[in-house]
Amino acid sequence: MMKGILGKKLGMTQLFGEDGRLSPVTVIEAGPCVVTQVKEEKEDGYSAIQIGYGDIKEKQVNKPLKGHFAKAKVSPTRYLAEIAVAEGEEYKAGQVIKVDIFSQGDRADVVGISKGKGFTGVVKRWGFRGGPGSHGSHFHRAPGSIGACATPSRVYKGKRMPGQTGNKRVNIQNLEVVKVDPERNWLFLKGSVPGARGSLVMVKQSVKAKR
Amino acid sequence: MHSVDIVGKQQIRDDLPEFHVGDTVRVHFKVVEAGRERVQVFQGIVLKRGGSGAREIFTTRKISFGVGVEKTFPLHSPQIVKIDVKRKGKVCRSKLYYLREKVGKKAHVKEKRTERTK
Repeated sequence: MMKGILGKKLGMTQLFGEDGRLSPVTVIEAGPCVVTQVKEEKEDGYSAIQIGYGDIKEKQVNKPLKGHFAKAKVSPTRYLAEIAVAEGEEYKAGQVIKVDIFSQGDRADVVGISKGKGFTGVVKRWGFRGGPGSHGSHFHRAPGSIGACATPSRVYKGKRMPGQTGNKRVNIQNLEVVKVDPERNWLFLKGSVPGARGSLVMVKQSVKAKR
Repeated sequence: MHSVDIVGKQQIRDDLPEFHVGDTVRVHFKVVEAGRERVQVFQGIVLKRGGSGAREIFTTRKISFGVGVEKTFPLHSPQIVKIDVKRKGKVCRSKLYYLREKVGKKAHVKEKRTERTK
């Protein structure tokens, strides 16, 4: 089964493990999510479930979405996301997915939107070294040469240049689930997670740790 | 970070004695060696305390066979069995980094200076 849940990043802290060692953890308020639609192979071409998360005021929901939620007989949610599930798994619209689908020791992947840094230069974006700050070098944070001249007469694709940094979908794989707190719907993952505090994240069962 | 702070508060220990920078303390802490757990003791001067809440740490320093040894502990670590305060120290700094440069008698003199007669 493909486990997945939507949540909100609350922030980072540290936890003492059972062996007394400290580990850095990200706290995620995960779920409860509600299944808003079940997509099937014969009708939609693939099988997945659509889950919703987060409160929203009734008047903020537009008419088409209202109808969509009414069809599943669930109250509207702020966010919707799809999770692929294997054929033959039983899901019903209206079913609630809680944080207890994960247990301690599981591995999880987290998808989020990274913090936006705006348009940045190559030093910040790609870690170029830059030039000396003084002694009249006139070369400080510029990228320098971006290629040769007559051959190839163009700039290679993928050349690292200045541009928008962050504010991009990022997937972090194989994080350990350190602790689960079903009372508060909290999930403790070892390590950092993309995005700012309060941003939406999706926690999925790890694709790498299946073996 | 207010909501996450709850996590920290649950981990704070209140069974530890009060001690300050400059004090000589004996830290009894658990070590796992070859699958066996035992309690080791580290006695030294508290060089610094840092952090706050559940993240607080302290560093102790001692001279072992002529070599300075420093050990940093998370204050609220469950590995710490107990802390004995052997001697209070009188110091005029919050961080005693200057002790690192003093050797032999000079480090000793500094220690002596930190003694408080009660």
